Amino acid sequence: MEFFKRTPTIDFLGKRRYTYVISAALMVGSILLVALRGLNLGIDFTGGVVVEVSYPEVADHDRAREALQAAGYPEAQVQAIGSSRDLMVRVMAPEGQNVNEIGTRVQEALRGLDPDVQVRRTDVVGPQVGKDLTEQGGLALLFTFIGILMYVGFRFEKKMAAGTVLAATHDPIVILGFFAATQLTFDLSVLAAVLAVIGYSINDTVVVFDRVREVFLGTRKGSPFQMLNLAVNETLSRTLMTSFSVLFVVVSLYLFGGEALQGFSIAIIVGVLIGTYSSIFVAASLAYDMKLKPQDLMDIKKSDPELDALP
Amino acid sequence: MYQVPSWRYWLVGIVLAVGLLLALPNLFGDEPAIEVARDDRAAMDTGGQQRILGILDAAKVAHNTAYLEEDRLVVRFSAVDSQIKARDAIADAAPGEYIVALTSASRSPNWLRALGLKPMSLGLDLRGGVHFMYEVDVGAALDQALQRLAQDIRARLREERIPYQSVAVRDQTVLVVLRAEADVSAARKIIQSDDPGLTLTEEQSDGATEFVVAFTPERIKQRQDLAIEQNVTTLRNRVNELGVSEPIVARQGLDRIVVQLPGVQDPNQAIRVLGATATVEFRLVDEANNPYEAESTKRVPIGSKLYTTREGQPVLLKRDLIASGDQLTDATSGYAEGTPAVHVTLDARAGASMLKATQENLGRRMAVVYIERKRLEEGEVCNGIRSGQSCTEEEAISVATIQGVFSSRFQITGLMATEAQELALLLRAGSLATPIDLVEQRTVGPSLGQDNIEAGQMALAIGAVLTFIFLALYYRVFGVVANVVLICNVILLVAVMSLLQASLSLPGIAGIVLTIGMAADANVLIYERIREELRNGNSPQAAIHAGFDKAFSAIADSNITTLIAGAVLFVFGTGPIKGFAVTLVLGIFTSLFSAILCSRVFIDLIWGRRKRLTTLPV
Repeated sequence: MEFFKRTPTIDFLGKRRYTYVISAALMVGSILLVALRGLNLGIDFTGGVVVEVSYPEVADHDRAREALQAAGYPEAQVQAIGSSRDLMVRVMAPEGQNVNEIGTRVQEALRGLDPDVQVRRTDVVGPQVGKDLTEQGGLALLFTFIGILMYVGFRFEKKMAAGTVLAATHDPIVILGFFAATQLTFDLSVLAAVLAVIGYSINDTVVVFDRVREVFLGTRKGSPFQMLNLAVNETLSRTLMTSFSVLFVVVSLYLFGGEALQGFSIAIIVGVLIGTYSSIFVAASLAYDMKLKPQDLMDIKKSDPELDALP
Repeated sequence: MYQVPSWRYWLVGIVLAVGLLLALPNLFGDEPAIEVARDDRAAMDTGGQQRILGILDAAKVAHNTAYLEEDRLVVRFSAVDSQIKARDAIADAAPGEYIVALTSASRSPNWLRALGLKPMSLGLDLRGGVHFMYEVDVGAALDQALQRLAQDIRARLREERIPYQSVAVRDQTVLVVLRAEADVSAARKIIQSDDPGLTLTEEQSDGATEFVVAFTPERIKQRQDLAIEQNVTTLRNRVNELGVSEPIVARQGLDRIVVQLPGVQDPNQAIRVLGATATVEFRLVDEANNPYEAESTKRVPIGSKLYTTREGQPVLLKRDLIASGDQLTDATSGYAEGTPAVHVTLDARAGASMLKATQENLGRRMAVVYIERKRLEEGEVCNGIRSGQSCTEEEAISVATIQGVFSSRFQITGLMATEAQELALLLRAGSLATPIDLVEQRTVGPSLGQDNIEAGQMALAIGAVLTFIFLALYYRVFGVVANVVLICNVILLVAVMSLLQASLSLPGIAGIVLTIGMAADANVLIYERIREELRNGNSPQAAIHAGFDKAFSAIADSNITTLIAGAVLFVFGTGPIKGFAVTLVLGIFTSLFSAILCSRVFIDLIWGRRKRLTTLPV
């Protein structure tokens, strides 16, 4: 089985006007969504309490809400998870309140409905911890970009590094937009997924650029436009193949991995789709518009003879 | 001519064999077990083992293998039921001698355990348990150090006969006000030469008689570090007293301490014991003054302090301390004359001081002060402090006439039974150097942990099978080779995780699943290259060779970029994120090894020797 019997000859760069418009629309839309609607941040970031309980019989959400209201938490969110007997309660921690106290009270309120309730999980996070995590998350994003920018700049070339990072910023922004649009909970594991997607998307782009370098430095003749198109086409089957195999496993994580991994896996699914799109349509086009020429790569042809000499 | 050198065969063979062996213990699963440690911390020996097994046999509790591990005895059971019976039987037959922790132990056979091979350790989200994060009040640690510094300076100035007006703590510094300007430089010289780790600054006004003493930033950092380390030690001692198997107590970041207690289901008792700051002080009663008068006039005589007893009566106690809780060498709870009591043993210095105090004050009264720092609940007010903050409560728990002379061994009464037990535990484990606050608390029930494991395994199995089918369909025989390589990758990853005893959490399973997808990528890169080379008219052998060769730079670059993301996650992440980062990073290394070396060797094994190869099933 093969996707393409021969190396395809699709004119990706020629369609870059459309893809730029699509990408710009996606990015602006995502930024607007995040700015206007906001992310539904989990207690990892805001501080607060999550209690997951399992009742011996069908859980009554309305009664749970009433009980929580009576306990002084009218803003508590009650969600169904897993089976109909389980429910999850989420309470944000207002600044200055004792979160441990909230945890105990919420559990008491839920136990009041049925003393045989089984507490499956409680998470109590102080607001300061959340603030620190948000800071750490931002720093992690920043350092990932800086590290990769430096590596690609060193191994390839400045314009390619810029193209890679631009294509890769595009992906996490769209994931954030997706989470703002769907209002799915954005928690710590989703942040990890976003970072993994950055790694994945750059990985994809780097494989295309690796081929660009080879084509540019090889014996084949042609304009940069033709050669960039050729490189994307030659790696197309690999790009699709890898995306499929990653999608298989993350879709299976989403479907069977349980409640705790759903946010994580949906973020990776969206990220892989958008990352595949950006490395096919955006990265090489950006390199072309930055006027990448074979000469740019000549100087660093033997940048790392040791690495090239390995099997 | 394209033969793979034989050292690669050896390398791949040896690594896979070792990997298989290391990964093997994970196949057997767990069963309920107890871990028995001696209460006095001495190592368990075969004598102890026989004794415990004798107790179990006498109580007719059926058990499986028992063995000694790291100073403790592990006894395995077939059912949770007998595990709990065993704990109770030991507690009944030898009260106070052993600490028994409920746990689960791997079912792996003895020869694997003898080799020191263990299965991966499971994170809290997979086995259930509680996770706490405490914030250490480093400001309080600094404050204590400054108070002590002020005291030392006062003593030194007196010693050197330099008259001073005041020496007091102000804004994280000590302000020294002397009586005469002429003494300033002498005083500064003395203080500076006593301790070079201080910075002294002069007040700017003319004729000033004052100067400011501060710790250098390094000294402040050192103080805070010390306070945190001391608290880690104390928390570790307390955790050990709780009898929990494989607990984790570790510093995290600047001022936080993480405590993880696998298997613990009721966080409240653990919170009470870990965070408690209860201690005791022994003081003489001030018999010369009237406590009721002091209470009503709010005028407390110099040298005394007003306390309230449990019954609500005021009592005046002398400020001079006879002994305090941190001078104890042992404390056990029990009963004295029918009421709950804590039997304490003081160290030599406190014992001497107690002897002197009791000799000189026969027939007078002595009090035990119970001091507890606790967080106020909503609505509570104490000493003008509102809810959400912490407050120190001091209470005279027993006021009794000194009947006879005693020194280092005696009992404290006046407590309830549970209080006596917890006080004994706290006194044994040592007090916290600085107050701590609970800022994060996570509890995972055992059923959720089990569900998480099952869900993770299910996702792993289905994702892997789908990828296998897809690869086999797409690359035919080469796809099958890729699948074998992917299986090798998972075995190696599990082997490395078991070897490092890195704990596997749910995000870690996600990392493994993701690694399968990513590891497939390296194979895809190679096979796509081989196909291209074949299309360009190269011979099969040359195509294989060129395929591996040319794919290498793409594989290396793409994995290094993922590695950068993984490393950043590892450095900045905590808890679950770190778990994900660990598997991601280890997975990159194992997938590089398996895709580049294993897959080359397998392909060489199948097609390398065939001289007349005309087509490749790729």
